[in-house]
Amino acid sequence: MSSPVPAPAPIPTPTDVEGETVVGEQAESPWRRFLSDFFESRIAVAGLVVFVFLILAALFAPYVTPQNPYDLMQISIMDGRLPPGTQGEMIHYWLGTDDQGRDMLSGIFYGLRTSLGVGAASTVIALFIGGAIGLIAAYFGGRVDAMIMRVADLQLSFPAILIALILVSILGQGVEKIIIALVAVQWAYYARTIRGTALVERRKEYVEAATCLALSHRRIVFRHLLPNCTPPLIVVGTVQVAHAISLEATLSFLGIGLPITEPSLGLLIKNGFDYMLSGDYWISFYPGVALLITIVSINLVGDQLRDVLNPRLKR
Amino acid sequence: MKFGKLALAAALAPALLALAPAQAAELRIGLDSEPSAIDPHYHNLGPNNEIRRHMFESLVGQDEQQRLTPLLATSWKPTSATTWQFNLRQGVTFSNGDPFTVNDFIYTACRIPNVPNSPSSFTIYTKAIEKVETPDDHTLIIHTAKPHPLLPVEIATWGILSAKVFGVTQKLTFDKEGCGITSWPKTEDFNAGKGTIGTGPYTFGEFVKGDRLVLNRNDSYWGEKAEWDTVTVKPITNAAARVAALLAGDVDFISKPPTQDLPKLEADPNVGLAQGLSNRVIYLHLDQYGPSTPGVKGTGKPDAKYEGEGPCATQPCEKNPFLDKRVRQALSKAINRDAIVAKIMGGVAVAAGELLPHGFFGTNPDSKPEAYDPEGAKKLLAEAGYPNGFELVIGTPNDRYINDAKVTQAIAQMLTRVGIKTGVNAMTKSVFFKTRNLYEFSVYLAGWGAGTGEMSSPLRALVASRDKARGLGGTNRGRYSNKALDDLVLEALATVDDAKREAILQKASRMAMEDYSILPLHFEVTSWAHRKGLTYKARADQYTLAMGIKAAN
Amino acid sequence: MLVFTIRRLMQSVIVLFVMSLIVFIGIYAVGNPVDILINPEADIAEQEATIRRLGLDRPLWSQYFSFLNSALYGDLGTSFVHNEPALELIFERLPATLEIAVGAVGLAIVIGIPAGMVAGLRPDSLIGKTIMSGSILGFSLPTFWVGLMLIMLFAVMLGWLPASGRGDTVDLFGVPVSFLTWDGLTHILLPAFNLALFKMSLVIRLSRAGTREVMLQDYVKFSRAKGLSESRVILVHVLKNILIPVVTVLGLELGNVIAFAVVTETVFAWPGIGKLLIDSIGLLDRPVVVAYLLLTVTMFILINFVVDVLYSVLDPRVRLGDMKS
Repeated sequence: MSSPVPAPAPIPTPTDVEGETVVGEQAESPWRRFLSDFFESRIAVAGLVVFVFLILAALFAPYVTPQNPYDLMQISIMDGRLPPGTQGEMIHYWLGTDDQGRDMLSGIFYGLRTSLGVGAASTVIALFIGGAIGLIAAYFGGRVDAMIMRVADLQLSFPAILIALILVSILGQGVEKIIIALVAVQWAYYARTIRGTALVERRKEYVEAATCLALSHRRIVFRHLLPNCTPPLIVVGTVQVAHAISLEATLSFLGIGLPITEPSLGLLIKNGFDYMLSGDYWISFYPGVALLITIVSINLVGDQLRDVLNPRLKR
Repeated sequence: MKFGKLALAAALAPALLALAPAQAAELRIGLDSEPSAIDPHYHNLGPNNEIRRHMFESLVGQDEQQRLTPLLATSWKPTSATTWQFNLRQGVTFSNGDPFTVNDFIYTACRIPNVPNSPSSFTIYTKAIEKVETPDDHTLIIHTAKPHPLLPVEIATWGILSAKVFGVTQKLTFDKEGCGITSWPKTEDFNAGKGTIGTGPYTFGEFVKGDRLVLNRNDSYWGEKAEWDTVTVKPITNAAARVAALLAGDVDFISKPPTQDLPKLEADPNVGLAQGLSNRVIYLHLDQYGPSTPGVKGTGKPDAKYEGEGPCATQPCEKNPFLDKRVRQALSKAINRDAIVAKIMGGVAVAAGELLPHGFFGTNPDSKPEAYDPEGAKKLLAEAGYPNGFELVIGTPNDRYINDAKVTQAIAQMLTRVGIKTGVNAMTKSVFFKTRNLYEFSVYLAGWGAGTGEMSSPLRALVASRDKARGLGGTNRGRYSNKALDDLVLEALATVDDAKREAILQKASRMAMEDYSILPLHFEVTSWAHRKGLTYKARADQYTLAMGIKAAN
Repeated sequence: MLVFTIRRLMQSVIVLFVMSLIVFIGIYAVGNPVDILINPEADIAEQEATIRRLGLDRPLWSQYFSFLNSALYGDLGTSFVHNEPALELIFERLPATLEIAVGAVGLAIVIGIPAGMVAGLRPDSLIGKTIMSGSILGFSLPTFWVGLMLIMLFAVMLGWLPASGRGDTVDLFGVPVSFLTWDGLTHILLPAFNLALFKMSLVIRLSRAGTREVMLQDYVKFSRAKGLSESRVILVHVLKNILIPVVTVLGLELGNVIAFAVVTETVFAWPGIGKLLIDSIGLLDRPVVVAYLLLTVTMFILINFVVDVLYSVLDPRVRLGDMKS
């Protein structure tokens, strides 16, 4: 959560040493321990349940929604701005329709699909790119490390919103462009996280042993370093998905995000806000609630993951 | 929350109303746009021109319907095919007390080409002036190179500066370079009030960019004195925020409340509305230039090689269906203009059958919007060789005209229903205009407001062939070209006799419509909303002028 | 120290250079401002003349070099839209942004620290849990959405506060400020609160963690044993110790607040530099966008530099030489 805080210098913190405990406990089924720890918090479980439901909704949107809101043949402006629970020319609108006659329920499912898709895709890509860069920096050290981390620090010291804003206004509209912008603002978090962990791991005996066995660089990095660096990455990743979704919504709100015919949740909210004062609250309200639930549920899960995976807070 | 709002409104309403008379002399306006500068000649664009009218008057005024009215000139008439006489008003003084004379007119006309870095110069409205004679201090004889019927309208577009304020006291002789003056007032000085002296009903108070412009009543105004002691103009560009500001009582008057809020505002007992048909038409331009076009798929190979400007010169494109008049007509028939007006524009628009609404100069009284006829459209498409339609992408801005992208989406729905599978490419206006100017759209939606209030304006800019030398087709990015039409437009632009000119324009307009050179969709109806107790006469040019805002009795 | 400073300085120059180049090319690629700024009635000849007048007909590299050339003399160009030096435009608007930024940080401290301390003192109580859940919300909710809701609730439905704009200002040392008038104060409240939410959550978390840690320290136990009143223990000993990290982080965050003001200023029509940036992007007013970015980048570089130096001064374990730059 404190991600936007630019840590001024790579000061080794005392926690790095305690990281060993996780490794040391591997013998007693870390998975079960992890699960029981995670399920300790009821609110986090609730968050997880909601989140899983949202993912399912997004994945199966085309099969469960009454309408494909992106298909112009299926929507009609004659059904525009109907209040929730109206029987329209085409179908029954549980959550009403927007100005184009798009069913809000279907719109929210599809919007969720776009928002989650953009969030997940950008996070995964940023994780891979940032992770690889971070590993390289940690493994090779020296000049390479200094240079990469300098760039990452610089990137982190800028507000994400500003970078994304400039990038999207230069690149133009489109899903892939939003993803590029989001990757560009996120990679440094991962690079930094994985480098920090990897630096600690690298000094450990098992890596030294591996080096002595003359294993290849690639094998050491991927088979030994990487698995041990994963937990913090997962934590940062969950938080960043929420962050990315929120950022995409903000960009859409500022009018430089996704194309209007295939709205994400952020765009639905923006479109709906035009109708807020006219009393057609449902156009903006329900997508807003959907966005809220999505981000909060991800954050709840992320929060608990952090507590569980962070040995410092082990009770 | 609903209850709370009602209760509070009930509690506050009498209090607010009781307060209203005490503040009657102050008016606060929330505008959708902001002038880029106070300098009246720096930026020839709506937001600047509407503010300019409060402080700097022109010789000729335009009333709510854009008919010309006397302002600093009491009368004018053509004295030959290429000369005009303007009689200036006697006894007019600038707000600093200096008298207004012909010298101020000449000074202003000379300054207009000498505004550095102007992003949109007024020279387009002064370049017709060849020579100016001044028999006395209040008579102007203006010579033009060719017959130029639009001269009075053009003179109505720019406000008069005081020559004396800028240290020019000698008698000036007009020439195209700058009358021998070397030092001109700077644009930024006007923002600070330096030289911001005009003859208008209001004087400059203060300009804080992004926040407010304050105008004060000009007590020495020659005409009817202004209603308000001070007028504060606040730019509130977000439409919802503007309405919220009105409802919250932050401002007394707002321009362009969004169409969807109008029913609610109408029902609100504390709010009044002013509405009027504007001179702005929303239209579709269809690419009618080359044998192929970039935004169309499924029409097959082009018949010939594409030559000239445009993306198809370098990349493969499919055949251009819009060269066939039947296809253009089919598109027009497929669009349900009444549905757009009713559902998207909330009834606050008028379906269009020409490029200007009835009643404006040069329109045909018998013109009608194309009737909605999807079956006819399908038939025409089949006849033209597209029984299964084709795929199309329409370009549209999403922050330029009232509900622009929403209208385009509705059109996409309608075209899809007759077999033209249509996508929408909506973008912010900066990107839209650039893309359009590179000819990357096969079909795009845009709007045109006729600044002169007559048919020559849209015809010349939108449908006449692009021709730099003759000044035609400046915004004709559909690149329709018809020599007969060009000739008619040029003829009209050189006919000083009003009745003859109107007849020519009517003929030209009918020709443009019958050839489906451009598809007019609807005319915007402009709305203004204000607190109860005010009135406003709606203006066709969509300007918000404090002079028109009065306290109701 | 000197080597460190020089190295940092050189890096900064490179960063500024690269930044300006990217933005310059980027905005050039988006479009031509004349397409938006010009009156549509202008004919083709006038359109071309205007492009020439603004120097936009010259090749990009030539435009960039003249920009660089004048930038060396501190001139970052003249706005295409307003015909005023870009830097002047920005400095004109800066006070408004600083005002809500400071207001936001102030609110974050005033509300965040007590709330965080309560949550830290009673972590398992209902109120503690509520505060923490609230802070998750504060982190999660997109700023723009909260802003819209605030306007709906306080300006439209309740009518307590104005919906947008800055209100009356008075000049303080020649700088217009609005917090000294009642009208100005009512205008500043909603945007400042909106901007503060995120920081507030951050402060709550920091103070909660700090409080929990400090309460376990020996000297707190000792103070209690000494018989000091609970309120004195908390107000003096605990507060003092959690203030340091909070202030440090907030200092770093000030730059972030200013950047995030872009969103808040758009929602509340607040006439600050964020709104100027968004408007300038919309109108492709390249000199203003470039100047804004160069200015903010310089600011961030400065903040980071100061923080690094302060760390080395405060913490003897860190030497500047170690921070391989």
